[in-house]
Order: sequence, then C-alpha cells, then structure tokens
Amino acid sequence: MTVLPFLVAALLFLAGLYGVVTSRSYIHLAVCLAVTQSATYVALLSVGYVRNGQPPVTKGSTPGKPFVDPVVQAMTLTDVVVSVAVLALVLSLAMLAHRTHGTVDPEQMRETRG
Amino acid sequence: MSRERRRLLAFVPSAVLLGGLLVWGLWDIPDFGTAHHEYARWLTGHVTAQRHVSNVVSGVVFDYRGWDTAGEEVIVFAAVTGTALLLRTTRDPDVEPTRDVETSDLTRRAGDVAVPLVVLVALWTASFGYVTPGGGFQGGVIAATAALLTWLTGSYRRHRALTPVPLVDGAEGGGVLGYLLIGCIGLLAGSAYLANVLPHGSPGALPAGGTIALLNWATGVAIAAAMVLIFHEFLEEHLLALTEREEGR
Repeated sequence: MTVLPFLVAALLFLAGLYGVVTSRSYIHLAVCLAVTQSATYVALLSVGYVRNGQPPVTKGSTPGKPFVDPVVQAMTLTDVVVSVAVLALVLSLAMLAHRTHGTVDPEQMRETRG
Repeated sequence: MSRERRRLLAFVPSAVLLGGLLVWGLWDIPDFGTAHHEYARWLTGHVTAQRHVSNVVSGVVFDYRGWDTAGEEVIVFAAVTGTALLLRTTRDPDVEPTRDVETSDLTRRAGDVAVPLVVLVALWTASFGYVTPGGGFQGGVIAATAALLTWLTGSYRRHRALTPVPLVDGAEGGGVLGYLLIGCIGLLAGSAYLANVLPHGSPGALPAGGTIALLNWATGVAIAAAMVLIFHEFLEEHLLALTEREEGR
C-alpha cells in the first residue's frame, strides 16, 4: 500500500499550520496559509491518480486505458487561481496594517485588541 | 508563562489531534493509483458524447460543475475588488510614482517580440481549452503575464498605457457578469440555471460544446483582468515606496 503522497499532503498541511501558529508577520502568515492550501492540491491530485492512466482528454486517447479523475483536477485548477486572488487580498490587508500601524507583527498591534 | 510557551501549549495538542484526525481520515481511502471513481468513470465515458467536448476537465468545470465555477468566479471577483478598494482608497492621491524602470533598447525589442507571442499562446490555450488541455483559467493567467512583461521589458508607464484602468476594471466585472448571465440562457430556454441548452456543434471543432465555449471565454476575460488588476495595485505600491524612499534621502 502506497501512502506516501497522502503523507506528503498531511505533512505540508501541518507545516503550513505550524507556520501560521508561530507567525510573527502578516506576510509570513499569508505565505504559510498558501502552503496549507497547497496540501489540499497534493491530496486531491493523489486521490485522482490512476496507475497507468491517461489524461482525461478523449481526443487522441488510447481506448481501454483508464483515465485519471477529471473531477479533482477541475477542483484543483479553479482553486489555484482563486488562491492567488485571495492571497493578494490578504497581502493588501498586511500592507494596510503596515500603513496605519507601522508594523506587520500582529503582537505589536495593540490598538486592534478587543 | 511567556507568550511563546502559551502558543506552543495550544498548538502541540491541537496539532497532535488534527494529525491523528488526518491519518484516521486517510486510513481507509483506496491505495494510491488504484482508485475506481464512479463519477469520474461516468464523466470520462459520457462527456464527449453528451457535450461534444474532448477535454473532460473543461466539461466538468464549465458544465457538469459549472455552478461551482460560478461560485469560484464570484470569490475571485470579491477578492480582487477588495484588494483594489483597500489599496486605492488608502493611497495618497497627490503622490505620483516618479521612479520608473529604464530598460535597454535590446530589452525593449525582446519585449516587442515576446509580448505578442505570449498573447498568442494565451489565446490558443483559452480557445482550445475544451478540445485539448487548457481553458479560460490557464489562458487568462498566461494573458496576464503578457501584461506583466510590458512592465519588465518596457516601463511602468507603458504597462499602464497598454492596460488602461477602465478596460481592466470593465473586463473583470464584465467577465464575471458574463458568466452569470450565460447561466440565464438555460432559464430562458425553460431549463435549469447554467443548463447547456445551446447547440453542441461537432466534437473536436472550435464552435462546439454549447455554453461551455461561452463560459470558457467569460472566465478567460475575468481571470486575465483579475490578475492584471492585482499586478497594477501592487506595482503601484512598489513604485510609490521607491519614490518615497528616494525623496526621503
């Protein structure tokens, strides 16, 4: 049983999460969030992989050979683009924090404490 | 107790718990590479016959799961609008970025050759997206890199002149609105929202797939505009910071 791809996904997820928890900067936080999100891509694509499979494009495909799962590929494809836009939003928030408070360290932003 | 230790005390037990949950969740899934997915098998067996598109992934994105993609488009639109709103409204309107990159003649000529080529690759990737691997998402991102190349090989002024704000903003809103409106064609025909009711054409040809082709292009326009808009805002910030630093010296 090959569990290596799934272990890689779990490890990436936890590594990103560790970064989020220990983060001292909103920019670092955004990048760690992106790492956590990448773990889901590894997990999705590993779930969809079929040994000796072929790409899910019927034009020019070999008859009888199994196709890899197109559903998880579609999910990953759209989410990669979405994650870039969301990352930009998080980074612009970090920039705004720097502009108004002069720091990107959440610990030093006393005024925002509830 | 220091803040560091409190953080660690909260993190380690929850990480162990979450790690355990992940392992437990992954334990019973089929072996890597051997899975038989009923939905995937049904799709790869029927998409070309039903919708006359040969790229099953595009068929899933723009037809069978077109509703999910509508959600994704709205997320991208909201995130990009938020970025533009946050950065544009908090910027000092009186300060213009005076610092610009100066590139050599050779770099500019290389840009003149590379930019049209990249645009061509983007159009090709997007237009054949439902025949061969590709699609509006990929094509849109490639098109946006062409806009970024005009800055890298030319100047910021040139980059902004070639991608005017009304065009980019309009394309972003228009692309997303287009996607949502194309979904209404199904309603007008008396079917469900985003139902593929247009004629499907012949498989492997460009005018095929019905609404898949239209949604593919709407997505391409929206994504390209979204990426260019992000580049605009962050480049403006970067150059303003450079200008400020120079004036401060």
